[in-house]
Amino acid sequence: MKPRRMFATAGRVLAQLRHDPRSIALMVVAPSLLVGLFAWLFTDTTGVFDAFGGAILALFPFIVMFLVSSITTLRERRSGTLERLMTTPLGRADFVLGYALAFGLLAVVQAAVTVTFAVYVCGLTVSGELWQLGLVAVVDALLGTSLGLLASAFAQSEFQAVQFMPVLVFPQIILGGLFMPRDQMPDVLHAISDWLPLSHAIDAVQAVTAGDDGWDLWRPVLIVTAFAVAFLVLAPLTLRRRTS
Amino acid sequence: MNSADASAQDAVVIDGLRVRRGRNEVFEALSLRIPRGRITGLLGPSGCGKTTLMRAVVGVQRIAGGTVRVLGDDAGSAALRHRVAYGTQGSAVYADLTVRQNLTYVARVLGMGRDHVDRVIDQVGLAGHASRTVAALSGGQANRVSLGMALLGEPELIVLDEPTVGLDPVLRAELWDLFRTIAEQGTTLLVSSHVMDEALRCDRLLLMRDGRLVADTTPTDLLADTGRTDPEQAFLELIARDSAAHPHLRRERRETS
Repeated sequence: MKPRRMFATAGRVLAQLRHDPRSIALMVVAPSLLVGLFAWLFTDTTGVFDAFGGAILALFPFIVMFLVSSITTLRERRSGTLERLMTTPLGRADFVLGYALAFGLLAVVQAAVTVTFAVYVCGLTVSGELWQLGLVAVVDALLGTSLGLLASAFAQSEFQAVQFMPVLVFPQIILGGLFMPRDQMPDVLHAISDWLPLSHAIDAVQAVTAGDDGWDLWRPVLIVTAFAVAFLVLAPLTLRRRTS
Repeated sequence: MNSADASAQDAVVIDGLRVRRGRNEVFEALSLRIPRGRITGLLGPSGCGKTTLMRAVVGVQRIAGGTVRVLGDDAGSAALRHRVAYGTQGSAVYADLTVRQNLTYVARVLGMGRDHVDRVIDQVGLAGHASRTVAALSGGQANRVSLGMALLGEPELIVLDEPTVGLDPVLRAELWDLFRTIAEQGTTLLVSSHVMDEALRCDRLLLMRDGRLVADTTPTDLLADTGRTDPEQAFLELIARDSAAHPHLRRERRETS
């Protein structure tokens, strides 16, 4: 791995995004719109948005980044540019981390916009620090990015990549504690949910909105970070220099 | 590989190469040599294995047997990634980036400066289009961006898969002049084409058919052996001879590879 090549790749991915302002707008604004829709839905029902708004904040950056990163890397695989890069000195980790860095920067912008919108426009009550909420949103977006980079290795077409949503993402949403507190789930499902990264991402956001600090907050944040790092370590291993 | 002399003269030495794709044997036992500092043309009908052979030389093709030695190393080894450049078939470039951004990215990966990017933009004749996105260019211009990427970093071996497809005759002639200039500086070129006129621009010719080498010759010898003046006719003559020699040709292999 060479930092220079990783930064070159990140710069190139960002340059591609700059040529596509519509996608940037969608990535930055879409989560806010969804949070806004959710807040509007429960305007007359007190307490619901405050209870679930935070979890929604964990979900959307994760889903958006998962889709964006799996599809863009897949496009690179299919257009032949990845094959060309595999004949150059670019390391497989340079490639994956370059993408992660570029999307990570985008995630920071996305988190800043979404958190600001949720708190100041939609009136989400946050007992903890706002920067903690932003940090958790960024970590969740990175989790989505890293899982998307890993998943794209197993897809042969954009169509398949989108099909990974119901397989890899929806079960995590259902078992994440949003629909039912995790400790009230059947034992087996509770045990499974402990091994799903999104459960901890939702725990982390709820810790911030509830004003928890210390281990209650940093434990889930560390777990989510560990998952993201593990996915980023595995993703380069799934890139093959030689294909048939 | 057989002697120090041979490996010094040959940029590429392939022995008994076997490649399978699914249940198809693309190559059963292909052996050939590509001399250094020359332009070697790889010709043959579409589906005959040209791209697979080039992919094996640059080391991105999974092989089932045999050896591919490039510039004295195993094809695809890390040491070769600075010394070998590959221009894929079609324009494997970033359509949403400008010409300059495409080339700058590859230059940074190779550790080359801005001056190399400017030089290459001039070489491929895109100086007037450097700040346009590739999506806004014609197919031929996009092809030249792809070619430019392969010229960056002064590689010792340049492998180009159908670099002149979709180009008008003037541009094709210009690019072949460029290939000649590059070869005269000591660089080895392996260029595939299915335009037989281009065969005459090469120093060596490898004619492939159905995963086999039909002829390893020079343009002069090709015309002399077949008694033709037109390279296309000469090639068809060789194909006819090959069909007579291999009556049990498995045609389906050609269709699928």
